[in-house]
Amino acid sequence: MIDFTSTLKISLRSLKINKMRSVLTSLGIIIGVSAVIIMLSIGEGAKQRISKDIESTGSNILMISSGTSTSSGVRGGAGTKPTITMKDSQAIQKYCDSVSISTAILREVKQVVYSNQNWSTTIYGIEPAYLKVQLWEINSGRSFSNDDLKNNTKVTLIGETVSQNLFGDMDPVNKTIRIGGVPFKVIGLLKSKGENGMGQDQDDTVFVPLTTAQRNLFGSEFPGTVKQIIVQAKDAENLAIAQNEVTEILRERHNIGKNKEDDFTVRNFTQMLETVKKASQTMSILLGAIASVSLLVGGIGIMNIMLVSVTERTREIGIRMAIGAKGMDIRIQFLIEALVLSLAGGIIGILAGIIIAQLIGIFSSMNIVISTSPILISFGFSGIVGVVFGYYPAFKASKLNPIDALRYE
Amino acid sequence: MALIEIKNIVKTYITGDTKFNALDKVSLNVEQGEFVSIMGASGSGKSTFMNILGCLDKPTKGTYTLDNVDVMKLNSDQLAEIRNIKIGFVFQGFNLISRTSAIENVELPMIYKGIPKEERLKKAREALKIVGLAKRENHHPNQMSGGQQQRVAIARAIVNDAPIILADEPTGNLDTKTSIEVMEFFVKLNEEAHKTIILVTHEPDIAEYSKRIVRFQDGKIINDEVRK
Repeated sequence: MIDFTSTLKISLRSLKINKMRSVLTSLGIIIGVSAVIIMLSIGEGAKQRISKDIESTGSNILMISSGTSTSSGVRGGAGTKPTITMKDSQAIQKYCDSVSISTAILREVKQVVYSNQNWSTTIYGIEPAYLKVQLWEINSGRSFSNDDLKNNTKVTLIGETVSQNLFGDMDPVNKTIRIGGVPFKVIGLLKSKGENGMGQDQDDTVFVPLTTAQRNLFGSEFPGTVKQIIVQAKDAENLAIAQNEVTEILRERHNIGKNKEDDFTVRNFTQMLETVKKASQTMSILLGAIASVSLLVGGIGIMNIMLVSVTERTREIGIRMAIGAKGMDIRIQFLIEALVLSLAGGIIGILAGIIIAQLIGIFSSMNIVISTSPILISFGFSGIVGVVFGYYPAFKASKLNPIDALRYE
Repeated sequence: MALIEIKNIVKTYITGDTKFNALDKVSLNVEQGEFVSIMGASGSGKSTFMNILGCLDKPTKGTYTLDNVDVMKLNSDQLAEIRNIKIGFVFQGFNLISRTSAIENVELPMIYKGIPKEERLKKAREALKIVGLAKRENHHPNQMSGGQQQRVAIARAIVNDAPIILADEPTGNLDTKTSIEVMEFFVKLNEEAHKTIILVTHEPDIAEYSKRIVRFQDGKIINDEVRK
């Protein structure tokens, strides 16, 4: 058997002599492997973001916001003109067959105070169903009861971040905090959900009963209006139907004429996720195509240069055979050379791929996750390319007739 | 039994419809420790004979026994092994591997024999010392003179302790002075190390160094003369 390290040394030397040629030969592999890395990093990033969003938002969700206010032709953002009400939410719950839960929320940023600590955070006025739809769980204490809503009790559930800022390591349950000057009793601490897909801290939150918020906390020019209605469809297939039903009912209740624009906005959260998913899939397919084509071209390049190398070194092969190299020895020598070419290309490609993927992550909104498996997969791929495309030249070298090879000029 | 026993070998080349016998029923025995010169004009069949003798090629017909091994029955890998262990080659064009140092060239036959690195280095250094190139082990072929390159080739031929050295026009590319040095070295190997040396040459001066001269003409041995 041939000595591995000396064969490796011989191949490295012959590659070093033809530096430019070796680099150009590896270029196809470099591009192919970096495309594989980028592709899988984008795919993995999108997958993780989507599953995180679904995890924190719940599935099959529609979000209904008030429409835009229009003054002198200037349109404000969604929700600037409060049109949707508590009653709208109840009507959706009652009349839409494809909807399982409809729940209204109010939302405002206010200062919360405990003892000498204070913190500015978003206060949500919610119904108990909201916690279910948005997959909130209670860490300690209790949740809102129906009585809390009926009697508009001044109780509150607080998120982990708020608790940390007001109470430090203390247990917040049964303490009294002031929200916008009004005292509320903390009845429960929410289980942490961490950041959402957009990087917002979901635990920086205070929940109070919807009715309490309406009467005691948020003054409103339009009594009965709510910030948002969150609707959960019975299942994914019913989501589009639910969207139609909700739109129909709200148009009817708001007395909107046939050709008039809606005074509310229905957003389909799952649809948004689907769009993100599709975009990343398209990107992945494109990069996958580039990757496979360049790996193929790279492989052909390696085969080509190895054939040239075998011809150039015919005499050397003849000498080696004359002094005792067997067919296998010659084959292994040239296979190792092809492998060194392709694996070197693979390593450079992996580094280039990681750098480019990071840059894409910095300069675009795409979420990039670089994990070990794509690195191993693409390294393996470059090795396979080396062996597959290096085999024929190596085989050809081993089949040379020693007499002819020795005579070759 | 003789070291080399060749009986009635025929080597036929076929080009198109024409058959051509490069060797026509050649028989030759060589004993251990002989120093034989093979002479003949180009086309006489001496190179074909040399290739068969060196196990680089197989005859079409006949028998060839080398050190009690029937060469006719061996496949190409087994032939490679025989070349590795039994025969040391010295060529006219030196045939060292370029861009590879002297010591690495000498190590090569031992790599294919599967000898571990340290022993290889030790033996390669000894061989280079024997040919007087101990100080040039890291020189590459293009940094050495023709005579030095040929001495590296001889070191490579003897490093595996092969009993036979086959030299194909070893002085063809050397000047007279260096030729004499190389030939005296072969004599020394023959007399002191008892190597069997078979030398192909067309120069009578060179053949003078050997103890036996075999002459080829038209694919046949026409003269087999033992001298002194």
